[in-house]
Amino acid sequence: MNPGSFPAIFLDAFLINNFVLALFLGICPFLGVSGKVKTAGNMGMAVTFVMLVSSLCAFGLNHLLVKFELEFLRLICFIAVIASAVQLVEMAIKRFSPTLFRALGIFLPLITTNCAILGLALFQTAREYSFVQCLAFSLGAGAGFSLALLLMAGLREKLELADLPGLARGAALSLILAGMLSLAFMGFAGLGG
Amino acid sequence: MSEPAKMTMQTFTQGLWKENPVFVMMLGLCPVLAVTNTAMNALAMGLATTFVLICSGFLVSLLRKVIPKQVRIASYIIIIATFVTMADYLIQAISLEVYQALGAFIQLIVVNCIILGRAEAYASKNGPLKAVVNGTGMGLGFTFALLCLGVVREVLGGGTLFGMQVMPDRFQPWSIFVLPPGGFFVLAFWLMLFAALEERKRKRRRQRDSEFGGAGSGGGGDGVMGNAVLGMPLKQQNTTPSHRVFSKKGVTE
Repeated sequence: MNPGSFPAIFLDAFLINNFVLALFLGICPFLGVSGKVKTAGNMGMAVTFVMLVSSLCAFGLNHLLVKFELEFLRLICFIAVIASAVQLVEMAIKRFSPTLFRALGIFLPLITTNCAILGLALFQTAREYSFVQCLAFSLGAGAGFSLALLLMAGLREKLELADLPGLARGAALSLILAGMLSLAFMGFAGLGG
Repeated sequence: MSEPAKMTMQTFTQGLWKENPVFVMMLGLCPVLAVTNTAMNALAMGLATTFVLICSGFLVSLLRKVIPKQVRIASYIIIIATFVTMADYLIQAISLEVYQALGAFIQLIVVNCIILGRAEAYASKNGPLKAVVNGTGMGLGFTFALLCLGVVREVLGGGTLFGMQVMPDRFQPWSIFVLPPGGFFVLAFWLMLFAALEERKRKRRRQRDSEFGGAGSGGGGDGVMGNAVLGMPLKQQNTTPSHRVFSKKGVTE
């Protein structure tokens, strides 16, 4: 597969270099919102949407910044774009599904400080992706984030009533589960050649 | 030491241990896991974060009466982003090697929740000097946590420490430790270790309570409080603060 093509970039961000399990981006919501499968799915969708919007905005913005030779302002501009995109999603969710709004709670505004989103914008700039490539990259990253979140939530729901030693409960258990998932995802390394 | 100075000192040590941003508050885990494959990277990342914490804390604290409440988060982010950009160029100038090893994670300091959290919870309510002391404590606590992981991962995963050979030649490196899963596992083990130490401390205290004949000292901390009321020696009471070190404060379930 051509490494620059749409499916190759999508697969790379989705499985091979999964944002959460291989690149360690977005660990906070990954550990924080993965208690229930339903919430995790919704969180995944919200993050994917923010990723898509902010990635495309960042693509346009970067062109402007390069044109006017203002690259040192890149970080500040990106974070401003992401903050506005999150605000947009927050208003939309509040309007259409107040239940979901309550379920996501503090983690919704915290999407702004989700490193996966800023990481996405920074990576696509560093790799000089075109518009279509950016689209593939953001969709793949969003899908990968949702997948990791859903897997984690499923595992944690199953293990809720398991008889564990007291020490391993809570955060330590989540981290060990994440480590095993990450180990499993390393198996995708050869995918797509 | 005068009373205010003592208070300031306390905020410094709190960041180092009792409210360690990583092990206790579970904040800023992304860089903790991502750049700790060698001790050197961990140290560089810790120092860069400390630099941003101190500078942004100072500036936020100076401007705390000027910034309107409604736009404070946006203003903090801009301030933080400015200092991160500075740190980014500084590291690039000092050591290109470290810069390439850390990659995008230097710029991602912007979205490290520890920094925004400190700006919102501490620097925006206290004077510049206090904010700097608090930021230094938190930053060093963060660096300590990064080093904890970095040292273990580098020694086991590569047999070296800060690039120097520490394991015997026969040692077969466990390369899983420098790969992504290793980060998760090592952090989990550190958390369990601290939980075990905490558990042991609590058990000892309970044992001592029963030796002293502290009747009705049911579980851990409550027992100490009960004895304090019953008029136990002062030494016993002094142990109270330390038993909350790893009370899992702020761990989001």
